[in-house]
Amino acid sequence: MSARRAGVVGRAPQDTPAGIWTYLFLALTMLFAAFPLYWMLVIATSNDEALAKLPPAVVPGDQFMTNVREVFSLQDVYFAASLVNSLIVSSVVTASVLFFCSLAGFAFAKLRFRGSNVLMLFVVLTLTVPNQLGIVALYIVMGKLGWNGTLLAVIAPGLVTAFGVFYMRQFIVNTVPDELVESARVDGATTMRVYASIVLPAIRPALAVLGLLTFVATWNEFQWPLITLSGTDFPTSMVAVSDLASGNYVIYRRVLAGAFIATVPLLVMLFIGGRQIVRGIMEGAVKS
Amino acid sequence: MSTTRAAPTPPGHRPAPERGNTPADERRMTWRNRLYRFDMRYMPYLMIAPFFVLFFVFGLFPLLFNAVVSLRNYRLDDPTLPYWAGLDNFSRLVGDEDFWNALYNTFGIFLLSTVPQLLLALVVASLLNRKLRAQTWWRVGVLLPYITPIVASTMVFSVFFSREFGMANWALGLFGVGGPDDPIDWRADKLHSWIAIATMVNWKWIGYNALLYLAAMQSIPRDVYEAAAIDGAGQWKQLWRITVPMIQPVVLFTVILSTIGGLQLFTEPMLFDQNAQIATGGPNGEWQTIAQLIYKVGWKDLNLGYAAAMSWALFLIILVVAGINYVLTNRLSGGKR
Repeated sequence: MSARRAGVVGRAPQDTPAGIWTYLFLALTMLFAAFPLYWMLVIATSNDEALAKLPPAVVPGDQFMTNVREVFSLQDVYFAASLVNSLIVSSVVTASVLFFCSLAGFAFAKLRFRGSNVLMLFVVLTLTVPNQLGIVALYIVMGKLGWNGTLLAVIAPGLVTAFGVFYMRQFIVNTVPDELVESARVDGATTMRVYASIVLPAIRPALAVLGLLTFVATWNEFQWPLITLSGTDFPTSMVAVSDLASGNYVIYRRVLAGAFIATVPLLVMLFIGGRQIVRGIMEGAVKS
Repeated sequence: MSTTRAAPTPPGHRPAPERGNTPADERRMTWRNRLYRFDMRYMPYLMIAPFFVLFFVFGLFPLLFNAVVSLRNYRLDDPTLPYWAGLDNFSRLVGDEDFWNALYNTFGIFLLSTVPQLLLALVVASLLNRKLRAQTWWRVGVLLPYITPIVASTMVFSVFFSREFGMANWALGLFGVGGPDDPIDWRADKLHSWIAIATMVNWKWIGYNALLYLAAMQSIPRDVYEAAAIDGAGQWKQLWRITVPMIQPVVLFTVILSTIGGLQLFTEPMLFDQNAQIATGGPNGEWQTIAQLIYKVGWKDLNLGYAAAMSWALFLIILVVAGINYVLTNRLSGGKR
């Protein structure tokens, strides 16, 4: 009997079937993770009276459309435009990151050129630079370019990421065989041709992962958009939501109706691409 | 590379001089040759150039230029001041109570958020590391906070921690803490506001860190656990004695990551203010963080030079703290080297 016990304990955790307690704790974790989102919906669908009573409301009300209509009709918040702006910014940034980072990742992974090791080390080092610290100077640079208050100011700093280059390089090293690249070259393919016809098809899963992570991160960005876009007619959705919460009397059912609308696209992405996002984060961890 | 090929001569290899080449052929050869050499030699640089150019212009240059700005009088509302300020901005920093208060708050919130966050992430990861039904769904589920905009979740928590009708006080009241007659004012003092903000940070990042740990846990060789079982180590002991030391590099990585992130906390303290635009972090700066103070100094007081000096101070602080945390974690998590 003790031998059997030892056999069970000696199994690696990932081979040990989860017991009831594991499921219970995980279920509690899920509850903790999902509750604020659920409660966001509750507040977004309630009227003022429902929010001013104890115990607090725990089921959604029926005022969602009323609240949403109010959010969209507020004069100086530009909520509808802000959703479009966020979509533009996130899409452009994502497309650019995917293209430039896969290009550079391919070069670092498969091409031989002088200085490639040093330059790659530089990319890795920049991973740890907190670029929020250059934000004052970035504002001045954007001022000189005349871009402050426009979407360009938000798009430009996001166009490439060190993480993207790093992630793409890792993926290409592991999935694109050298022989395939070599034989294509022997057949007369140029480097760009190899990129387009061999590398791109092979890295589709990695593009999905990086694309999702980039889109989510860009959509959620707040500090820099707030600095450069606040007070203009072109806020991103995060700036618009914070505008809803500004002033002396904040009406939370409106704020959270706006917040909810700005969160839905990401919930949809998690629902569809959750597997990819999980993969991206876990693969990103093993590299380090 | 045979001459029987009808297709264009591959530029991939030095074409051997062939008999009967016309001058036109030769010209074509050299043109191809040049194209090939260009492609081999310079194309890699062209491919990495966009990254380096864009990173330099919008990433590195601002960071360096920040140093110049910090030595200048750069007030958006008063361009008449002398150009250079020397070290004025820095000496002002030393005596600035707001700065020290913000630093104190930042560290307080940082401790309250990082330590529980990483410990709980470890627990969640070890649960996720079991053989689970619907494995993927659990993993996706813990990412709900990760994809939720901080702006949105902070708004929910703002209501959650409101004094009169907040759910936090109501729930605590059930356990006899506070209660409806004597509700906790989460925005009135440092400790309570720090706890509220740390809760938001913990909520956001536990799942993400858990997945990082999980990834590392799955690469631990299985036979290590067999040896542990022979020593009679229980599950809890295994987690601390085997799993944690084995995933130490990732633990260090998350410690550094949350140091960098935690010391730059901005959105949560910003939107916890009942008026999200004032950037004071409470009536008396109870929870104003440095990143928030930088924003206030730069874009409310319009003193960019001083804000730049503060950014540099924060940068140095992050470097030092990240270094200390690295050493500490290295010791605690059982690294021998």
